[in-house]
Amino acid sequence: MDRRSFLKTTAATATLAAVGLPVAAADPIKIGFIYVGPVGDMGWSYQHDVARREMETALGGKVVTSFIENVPEGPDAERALTQLALEGNQLIFATSFGFMDATVNVAAKFPNVKFEHATGYKRAENLATYDARFYEGRAVQGTIAGRMTKTNKIGYIGSFPIPEVIQGINAAYIHAKKVNPDVEIKVVWAYSWFDPAKEADAAAALIAEGCDFILQHTDSTAPQAKAQEAGTVFTFGQASDMEAFKPSPRISSTIDNWAPYYIKRAQALVDGNWKSEGTWGGIGTGMVGIGEITSAVPAEVKAEAEALIAKISDGSYHPFTGPLKKQDGSDWLAEGKTPEDAELAGLNFFVEGISAEMPK
Amino acid sequence: MITLVKRPMPSRFWSFTTPVLAVIATMIAGGVLFAILGKDPVAAIKVIFYDPLFGPNAAYFRGQLLVKAGPLILIAAGLAVGFRAGIWNIGAEGQYIIGALAGASVALAAFPAESHWLFPAMVVAGALGGWIWGMIPAVLRVLFGTSEILVSLMLVYVAQSFLAWAAFGPLKNPEGYGFPGSRNLQQYPSAHNPELIAGTGMHWGVVAAFVAVIATYVLMSRHIAGFRIRVAGEAPRAARFAGVLPAKLVMFCLGLSGALAGLAGMFEVAGPSGQITDSFNAGYGFTAIIVAFLGRLNAIGILLAGLLMALTYIGGDMAQLMLGLPTAAIQVFQGMLLFFLLGFDLLTQYRLRVGKGSK
Repeated sequence: MDRRSFLKTTAATATLAAVGLPVAAADPIKIGFIYVGPVGDMGWSYQHDVARREMETALGGKVVTSFIENVPEGPDAERALTQLALEGNQLIFATSFGFMDATVNVAAKFPNVKFEHATGYKRAENLATYDARFYEGRAVQGTIAGRMTKTNKIGYIGSFPIPEVIQGINAAYIHAKKVNPDVEIKVVWAYSWFDPAKEADAAAALIAEGCDFILQHTDSTAPQAKAQEAGTVFTFGQASDMEAFKPSPRISSTIDNWAPYYIKRAQALVDGNWKSEGTWGGIGTGMVGIGEITSAVPAEVKAEAEALIAKISDGSYHPFTGPLKKQDGSDWLAEGKTPEDAELAGLNFFVEGISAEMPK
Repeated sequence: MITLVKRPMPSRFWSFTTPVLAVIATMIAGGVLFAILGKDPVAAIKVIFYDPLFGPNAAYFRGQLLVKAGPLILIAAGLAVGFRAGIWNIGAEGQYIIGALAGASVALAAFPAESHWLFPAMVVAGALGGWIWGMIPAVLRVLFGTSEILVSLMLVYVAQSFLAWAAFGPLKNPEGYGFPGSRNLQQYPSAHNPELIAGTGMHWGVVAAFVAVIATYVLMSRHIAGFRIRVAGEAPRAARFAGVLPAKLVMFCLGLSGALAGLAGMFEVAGPSGQITDSFNAGYGFTAIIVAFLGRLNAIGILLAGLLMALTYIGGDMAQLMLGLPTAAIQVFQGMLLFFLLGFDLLTQYRLRVGKGSK
């Protein structure tokens, strides 16, 4: 170190000390995260990491965060969570459904540490859950797709046949059908949350079948790239805005926006009033964000979509409102009825009119 | 000018020294990598190799070392026997999955009955499942001369599809709100493979791994079958003259490694993992191949290599957490280990001669 930078550093330290000392509060609270994917996946884990950083900024020095990425579900997750607890983290976010049992086990071992599990359903005194009503965004996508499709075929890349994904397929179909009675939905299962090669294959197959809209419940931009190649196919950004594909093929998006929730929960911890609860946020609470509807969408369709967003947001409309029948023709919801959250959370059937078969 | 001269006999000295050299070279190259990423290389190496063993929370991580190393050692011990005979089972990952599925199926079929016989029955089912999955490439090779390398590898993908099918279908927890994944066997006392002594990480799978190490050691160095296996690998023609039947050998090696991989999967699903999910397999079957080679295909070597590999995983997670190293850097680091090992392996087969090359 040369003399000049030494002086500079010393001066800086002295200034910091002078300014910092009088207001020096307690040590910042440590908050940890585990991610199932790499933070660079540009989808699910990336959005959680964006929110983590926003939280750290918003709470300005009261919290410090750290994370472990690419954590396989199972015993490795249990170790990673234990590691975070042993490192002195007071609040730990486990950000994938598959971390559920591991989080339950570790939460039982560390009763003084608070845990938050995304998209699961098991809670404890020190274990809260949180999830987003992604199906609200699907209703918007279904409306736009139903209005704009020329082939009347909408392609859907499903990840796994679990309730969250099934809710999305149903919501998209119901709202497309509402504005376009001739519409059909074709579903391809990728059996992965993030696999660019498989997603590209799925998109290519759907385009070959004549779909001119591709909705995806997978996180990579591979389907967007396929749609761009095809030229006449539209898509929606998934998890993140995927703004690189604006204004077309990506004509809008559903954005996972965890930051308001993370900030609220961290603030509660700092204030000492954190409580275990189950949160299921939607467009209204900002957990589900709808990305810009681009100029590729006709103005009247855009207005219709925005009206729907407003109705969902203020709670005056539920995307699953009866009359609705199940795929097998049996009754599900009577006229004007909406499902209980508990029922939606375990949804395991398609609605009437979807021809795709539920994988067994 | 440096030339390579083939040694008449593989060097014993180098075959013990190269793994150590490979580890040291990995530390140096890894340190350079970490430094380029702007992290203190010495701190990173310390976090990966020292902290899990002697750091502030070492008591917990030492136990986790056994949890992580157990399946690696159990699988690698079986693979090494085949590799010594020149029989290449690349599909341990698939055998691991099928073993877990078989073991879990037995438990879930019996649920919720409690019986002392259940766990032993699961052990048998797990071994049998892996054995069957290993016998497919064996039988195909014996009957039709197919490559066991390709067949066993392809069967991994078949096994993965089976796993997804089971997790979403027949083995799905009926009380799981429609979510995929089986019941958690950790909450089913008769089927649970618990920690034998709290906090040690020791479960029946780790015990089985130690037994497998001892048994394969005895087999390979004290038993006539081990001699035949070694001869078959080193001098296949001579082995045939000595009456070693290639068909029998292929079936024995693939069956044994399959059964041990199946056992590993079964102990994992009944213990640390607890449930069948579509992402249940965490790559143990493939990593075990690295462990087998790192351990010089020798039982004791595999024991040490398995522990070392587990250390890089656990230390790698710690480095992510404490230094913010990206996981890709940790994976490159683990890859370097095999790369350097294979590179330095040259020294056991060849002698370096510095000077003018004699044509």
